[in-house]
Amino acid sequence: MSTAPGTLRTPQQVADRRAGSPHTSMFWRMLLRAAALRRGRAASALLAMVVAAAVATAMMNLYVDVQAKLRTEFRNYGANVVVVAKNGKSLPADAVSTIEAALGPKTMAVPFSYAVARTSDGQSVVVVGTDFARAHQLDHWWNVSRWPSGPGEALIGVRAAAVVSSKREPFDLTFQGKTIHLAPAGLLQTGAGEDSRIYLDQSEFQNWTGLTPTTIEVAANGSSDEIQQAMKSLAAALPAADVRPVRQIVEGEANVLNKTRATLYASATLVVLTSALCVLATLIGWVLDRRRDFAIMKALGATERLVNGFFAAEAAALGVAGAILGFFVGIGVAAWIGRANFHAPVVPRFSVFPYVLAGSVAVALISAIVPIGLLRRVQPAIILRGE
Amino acid sequence: MFLRLVYESFRRQSRRKLLAGVAITLGVAVATAMIAVATDIGDKINRELRSYGANLVVTPQEDTLDVEIGGINLKPPSDGAFLNEADLPRIRGTFWHHNIVGFSPMLPVVVKVDGSRSPARNTSVAATEDVTLVGTYFNKQLAFGKEEFTTGVRITHPWWKVDANCKGAATPLGSSAQPSGQNCGWPDDNSQEVLLGERLAAKLGKHSGDAVNVNGRPLTVAGILSTGAAEDDQIVAPLALAQQILGKPGAVRRVYVSAMTKPQDALAVRDPKTMSPEIYDRWYCSPYVQSIAYQLQEAIPHSHAEQIRQVAQNEGTVLSRIKGLMLLVTLAALFASALAVSAAMATAIFERRVEVGLMKALGAGNFTVAAIFFAEALLLALIGGVAGFTAGSLLAHQIGRSIFSSQISIQPVLFPIILTIAVLVTFAGSAAAIRRAVKFDPVFALRGEA
Repeated sequence: MSTAPGTLRTPQQVADRRAGSPHTSMFWRMLLRAAALRRGRAASALLAMVVAAAVATAMMNLYVDVQAKLRTEFRNYGANVVVVAKNGKSLPADAVSTIEAALGPKTMAVPFSYAVARTSDGQSVVVVGTDFARAHQLDHWWNVSRWPSGPGEALIGVRAAAVVSSKREPFDLTFQGKTIHLAPAGLLQTGAGEDSRIYLDQSEFQNWTGLTPTTIEVAANGSSDEIQQAMKSLAAALPAADVRPVRQIVEGEANVLNKTRATLYASATLVVLTSALCVLATLIGWVLDRRRDFAIMKALGATERLVNGFFAAEAAALGVAGAILGFFVGIGVAAWIGRANFHAPVVPRFSVFPYVLAGSVAVALISAIVPIGLLRRVQPAIILRGE
Repeated sequence: MFLRLVYESFRRQSRRKLLAGVAITLGVAVATAMIAVATDIGDKINRELRSYGANLVVTPQEDTLDVEIGGINLKPPSDGAFLNEADLPRIRGTFWHHNIVGFSPMLPVVVKVDGSRSPARNTSVAATEDVTLVGTYFNKQLAFGKEEFTTGVRITHPWWKVDANCKGAATPLGSSAQPSGQNCGWPDDNSQEVLLGERLAAKLGKHSGDAVNVNGRPLTVAGILSTGAAEDDQIVAPLALAQQILGKPGAVRRVYVSAMTKPQDALAVRDPKTMSPEIYDRWYCSPYVQSIAYQLQEAIPHSHAEQIRQVAQNEGTVLSRIKGLMLLVTLAALFASALAVSAAMATAIFERRVEVGLMKALGAGNFTVAAIFFAEALLLALIGGVAGFTAGSLLAHQIGRSIFSSQISIQPVLFPIILTIAVLVTFAGSAAAIRRAVKFDPVFALRGEA
């Protein structure tokens, strides 16, 4: 209680102070004075409100943003769509730029062309032409000792290296009578089929074999619906190609993402409910605590409607103030969680503000109405007598 | 007197006590459920990440180069080395066998298929076509020692989908453990039935139930397989059948192993040959993908195990992100429930300042008054803690069942921890209110002016 005995003023002092203050309506004055005089209680109620709104905001922000954040993580698994030339046809030369134009700037598309060449001692080996800069970005898991940088340099799978160039010396490959001389730039290790292949720059590969890319691996961003849509637009843009999802990647991602989202949803619901409970407990205590104000107002002749309106307005004001303050605190918390966990800030979503505001005001009103309903049945005289 | 005061307080003000108790119970329940979910989420998500498929591959040590483009193997079929199928159950004998979810052997064989084309296409051509047939386990019953287990592509390649028109009695396949609807179309591991990749099936004009001539053997198409990868152009058959066709009983070209692993750290990537014995033990006994590969090599003679980097390298990041996220959310939940409990306690004590005034007017010291309130808070915290722990366990159980369709295990050690936290939070929440209640001048409190 802020009106501890020591701070009581004489009636004269109070009258002097009141004379200086502007004459607002009684209703507003009661609202303001109630907040100002019982600072401690009002502050603790507001604090509960702010914390609840902040937690709710942070949870909603995270729930929306985490899916996008996790999708970016999942793109490290590589391509989720492959574009393959239909039998006997080849992809148009500008296929990669067509794909990137069709799907937007965040899409990564890497062309691959394949040929079987012979080594100088007659062994067959698969040679692949690709765009190294793009492959480097798409296939994060490739363990490469050094990426090729100049002409005549090739990236060699660890198992292919044992066959063509076990001592890292330059070697010759033959394809349909044409020979190319290559220097090994680095070794490639993936644990999959890539280990048995030799990778060349696409233009060099094309000069040597005359073959154009037959496969383009595409990493499309977005939800599964967006990817379905992207595949449709790709199929329309490239009639000479089959557009297929990489089911292993697409379904694995959907699976993990759905489980995470469901867990987060359950947790967020629990957290929001708990903080609503906290607000409810604090506010009910606050209103019950003021049953004497309530009784005095009624004893002085206030109508039921005025009293209800007064407490409701007070609760609503608390809810609004708490929601606004809490919203900004919550955005800060969400941004911090994003930075701490995903090394990228969570983008503030102002679209959740109406929900936070509505929720806060609703909880505040409920916690005002419940005790008022209890008090209404009691005679003011009984409350004022202290019973 | 002290005990009677506490007892009477609970008996006479049961409604008020109930409110505070409910707040504590709910707060503890939420905290318990969140801690249980957060501690178990790593394991759960690890299991879900297995839907990305195998993260290890075992090949013969002296293997020749694969010459494969777009799922067509151009390598001479008998070329190269093989693993022995009889060695495979030993995978269950490795140190981390509980972490190995499943494994699938693969034996690719190039076969000739009668290109009996569909009438809509060029009917005059009945030439044979070279197609890769892959022998594997679908859902094979194996035994290691006394332990029986099933493994195969149904476990390691969960994205493989089989389309077949099986009606009622036409599904006597697979193990009895699975509901028959899920077995629809999957061939039995001891049968002469095969799966046809969907693009190959379209090319050949075959449907499930048709016969297909492979190297002169008439085989039944059990279902049409869709994988979104090279298998769409291939035939997938039971391993024994592929070995018969190749004429090499017991031969396996490679084995895909799906294992739950720990995200790799600095220790994981070190070379075991350069480690001191203690560090080597620690490395060997941690489920890193590297140490599991090492143990697979030990278990299967003449083999080389390697991580499939696309799967193995990424799951660590995804796992640690999700775990970190849940940890932070759990902290938020703990904070919110601590606050709720404190608020409820503060309110409950604040309402009783008249009582405090009376006690002090009758001569009770500050210490006695505070002791009574703390004793009540302790009792409330213990009752609410036990009830909340039970409710929270049920809640966690429900979350595990509905989201991950598996149990979320509650560690028994959590119980004392939760109870301690409940008592501490209740004390902390009460402390400020008790201090203020004790500091009141009894005269003002009794006059009702506080």
